[in-house]
Amino acid sequence: MNSGPQSNCNPCGPLLRVSGLGKEYVLRRPFSRKKVAVSAFQDVSLAIFPGKTLAVVGESGAGKSSLARCIALLERPTTGGIELAGQNLLTLSEKELSRARRKVQMIFQDSASALNPRLTANEIIAEPLLIQGEGTKSQRRERALQLMEQVGLNRASERKRPLEFSGGQRQRIAIARALALGPQLLILDEALSNLDAANQELILKLLAELQAAQALSFLHISHDLRAVSEFADEVAVMYQGRIVEWRSARDLFASPEHSYTRELLASARSVDSILLERSA
Amino acid sequence: MQPLISVNNLSVTYRRADASQHHAVHNVNFEIGEGEVLGLMGESGCGKTSIALALLGLLSPEQAHVSGSIEFRGEELLSKDRRALRAIRGAGISLVFQEPQLALSPVMKIRDQVAEVIRAHNDRKWDCCRADAELALARVGFADVRRISSAYPHQLSGGQLQRVVLAQALACNPALLIADEPAASLDARSQSEILALLRELQRELRISILLISHTPEVQASLADRLMVMEHGRIVEQGSFEQLYRNPVHACTRAMLRTTAPARVAEEMDFETVT
Repeated sequence: MNSGPQSNCNPCGPLLRVSGLGKEYVLRRPFSRKKVAVSAFQDVSLAIFPGKTLAVVGESGAGKSSLARCIALLERPTTGGIELAGQNLLTLSEKELSRARRKVQMIFQDSASALNPRLTANEIIAEPLLIQGEGTKSQRRERALQLMEQVGLNRASERKRPLEFSGGQRQRIAIARALALGPQLLILDEALSNLDAANQELILKLLAELQAAQALSFLHISHDLRAVSEFADEVAVMYQGRIVEWRSARDLFASPEHSYTRELLASARSVDSILLERSA
Repeated sequence: MQPLISVNNLSVTYRRADASQHHAVHNVNFEIGEGEVLGLMGESGCGKTSIALALLGLLSPEQAHVSGSIEFRGEELLSKDRRALRAIRGAGISLVFQEPQLALSPVMKIRDQVAEVIRAHNDRKWDCCRADAELALARVGFADVRRISSAYPHQLSGGQLQRVVLAQALACNPALLIADEPAASLDARSQSEILALLRELQRELRISILLISHTPEVQASLADRLMVMEHGRIVEQGSFEQLYRNPVHACTRAMLRTTAPARVAEEMDFETVT
């Protein structure tokens, strides 16, 4: 199980490979010395190929965000391995890790809290360049302006602060910032969940364009099957910390194998069918 | 028949740090009848949450200027003092929102958290409150009430937590429930479960619901009527079916996705799966 869809016979190998990954959190019971190990996810093996999108779906609490944070190197997994372009990420030195981080960037669900409210849009987008010591101040500013255009933001609003933008625009700022260092993999952690339907469409369209133009890979963590069906090449279903199914999007939606996947798909009904049932 | 809640010319203006003003809600008018579900949709920032906060009396004069009229069971809420509002909040009008993990205390057992709500509105002994808490938990569909009662939030799934928060909100039999994105953090299966539960409880208890959600499927499941907001104003109002089949305003069309993208329409038909 979990060897992935057979359609992935890319001779160049995957961009990202995760093997037997697991993460446990050790918690202390309130007011006692007893420690409890809570497993966020176990035995996760996945692969993402260049220019492709892998969606990970499942309910909140299933371990998806934990998995995303481990892949983004924001947390260390307890067991298993992560390879990026053939390089084992868990054995890197600090310097090498810093270089590797450029290749994997993350966009979060709540842009209002993910972006520093005191910085201007330009400063936020240019910050990764500043941190990595790239270019002069004016070069960074110009690069940030280019990125703003790329994500469909007006250059003229470069001096505005995050809360002066709408939710959809803030996510564009987050995307521009994530693109600043030229990553190969973008992790979207429920990045569309706080947006209304119209904005979701627009952002998905932007992401599809970026993917086509730059051969970007996406790891799309989502509980929204509709958004996923439009955008993913492959889908992995997570249930109680394990991957229960991992197939091409087309196959998964057409003939789901695992009972949890079937339940998930059956519950995602259209407005028309809901209205029909109500009037009965 | 008198509507349960009647809002007239409601405006909410926030004061910004630089002394400028942000008109979050502008002259909004609507009514909710007994046992009716009114849906509210709009882009983030359109004023939906501000309306909910105004109805609950959660906006202090320092934060915002609220004007107009909110009549609940014939009484004007905007002229009530803090104490009177606290009595209404939770018992007359109650709230469920998106992130149950944030609403619940991580260090208290589930039953005690529900009992606390009951205790706050009823002058009764703690044991009675705990017993009622277990009834409230049974009412939201927990089969193993005993186990859930003595569990802590981190031991439950997102869907279960949302049901706990719902139990808290319904514990004191409110007349109006404000549900702010009640299913947003849940997967499709948990989402349809919580919506079915809300539908059942709403019918059984005849409560009115103000349902704030940007998801058309959620509104379709529950809403009798729908209001669409943009930049603090209501741009269209009517029965859900009417707005879905014959939307007038561009914002309504955008919110209800009535022009479904071609790719989705042809590749996806969930009815034929399984």
